[in-house]
Amino acid sequence: MAEFQTILTTLSEGIYTITLNRPEVYNAFNEQMTTDLQEAFKEAAKNDAVRVVVLTGAGKAFCSGQDLKDAPTGGGKRSLRDSLERRYNPLIRAMRKLPKPIIGSINGVAAGAGASLALACDYRIMSENAKLIEVFVRIGLVPDSGSSWFLVKNVGVAKAFELAATGDDIPAKKALELSLANQVVPSADLEKETASVATAFATGPTKAYGYIKRMIDKVAGMSLDEALDYEVFMQEAAGRTQDYTDAVKAFAEKKQPVYAGK
Amino acid sequence: MNELKNLILTRDGFVATVQLHRPKVLNALNLELMIELVETLEMLDNDPEVRGIVLTGSERAFAAGADITEMADVTAIDMLMRDQFTRWDRIRKIKKPIVAAVSGFALGGGCELMMHCDIIIASETARIGQPEILIGVMPGAGGTQRLTRAVGKGLAMEMVLTGRQITADEALKAGLVNKVVPVEFYLEEAQRMAKEISERPPVAVRLAKESVLKAFDTTIEMGLEFERKNFYLLFASEDMREGMSAFVEKRKAEWKGK
Repeated sequence: MAEFQTILTTLSEGIYTITLNRPEVYNAFNEQMTTDLQEAFKEAAKNDAVRVVVLTGAGKAFCSGQDLKDAPTGGGKRSLRDSLERRYNPLIRAMRKLPKPIIGSINGVAAGAGASLALACDYRIMSENAKLIEVFVRIGLVPDSGSSWFLVKNVGVAKAFELAATGDDIPAKKALELSLANQVVPSADLEKETASVATAFATGPTKAYGYIKRMIDKVAGMSLDEALDYEVFMQEAAGRTQDYTDAVKAFAEKKQPVYAGK
Repeated sequence: MNELKNLILTRDGFVATVQLHRPKVLNALNLELMIELVETLEMLDNDPEVRGIVLTGSERAFAAGADITEMADVTAIDMLMRDQFTRWDRIRKIKKPIVAAVSGFALGGGCELMMHCDIIIASETARIGQPEILIGVMPGAGGTQRLTRAVGKGLAMEMVLTGRQITADEALKAGLVNKVVPVEFYLEEAQRMAKEISERPPVAVRLAKESVLKAFDTTIEMGLEFERKNFYLLFASEDMREGMSAFVEKRKAEWKGK
């Protein structure tokens, strides 16, 4: 497996854990970290042994967003456009296209592009002292790396405007109320709870999770009529998996299905 | 015909599927492949057991373009004498319906080949473009003409002048492809469409295809006349009698292809 400079990765029992590892700067993104993450998600996509991804941060923070002190390669002024098109957008797209669930284990602050990274996960478990912050506006910028879309889809237009335009902290409890988090747990339990959710996904019908993820993103932009048609395709695809065949057989034999993830 | 080296031909009922097969080079269209393709399509066109053709590539690439290695060192006169694109006109003259099943890259010659087909089913992963400008040339197998007719001047200019690839959804919005489906289903969907057409009366299908294609190279006056003549001609077919009787008698028609 590839060696990374800014992240740590482990693979065990189908769970691929990616830990952002620049704790001295609250895991802020520099050029290398976006590259490393892109590579790590490529690995997650092509390695069949990976059935679920856990994304978390080392130290106190999850990810504090772009490292404003990181000098752009080649010197000169950082181009926001270039940075988004080359670094952040491919990363967010890779996460949404990965046909496997991604669990965000949000151990601390997730700000700016860090909040976007958290929101690009499929399932978020937040430590009770963690928070999301759409911090962009505090330096005169607007949400990017998918935050605008994730906010609108999750909290609706009015609340999305409020969160984006105030840049206020969204503490874990509030995130849970707003459906931006799936679970909030005491900090001491975060690792254990994450492992339990990850294990459930890692032993489930992996292909079906992939189809569900793809379907949900797709139908988010569709009419009911189009969604009904899209469901036909995804169901047809799921119906051709070994997991489905095995599960139906187990059901008939009144046994618990064992999913191979195929 | 000799054994096919660059194509895989399969048949299911009245539907023949022709798969471009040069996996190591993303189905780059070299001379040998094009000769095989044209000959295969003509053979299928003359085969009474075939009523619909599906043309496809692989999941990664329909065809990523012409084979650049065959062109990098040649002169204008070599190209003129070789006159390889004339062969493509023979694809345009195939009378049976061709449904393209496109996934992954359909670039340059791949895009042009796709546009030679009558109906295009694309996978969500399709990337379509005319990137010739990036290597100092331009489309040469109909790209500037067919793309412009399909998507209009603005988008055609943008694609041809910048070399930008468009996504399947953009192609759908622009009217370049008929339908976009999940990657798992593009081939089946195209085969289903070809099968549906193969269940229609073949003579009417042939004259209808010919009439629609006529719209691309004639005036409306001539086109309408051409259409009417073909319409009247179908009244000489047995299938027309059968089709109308079956409709009146509320039963399924049995086509003879005559």
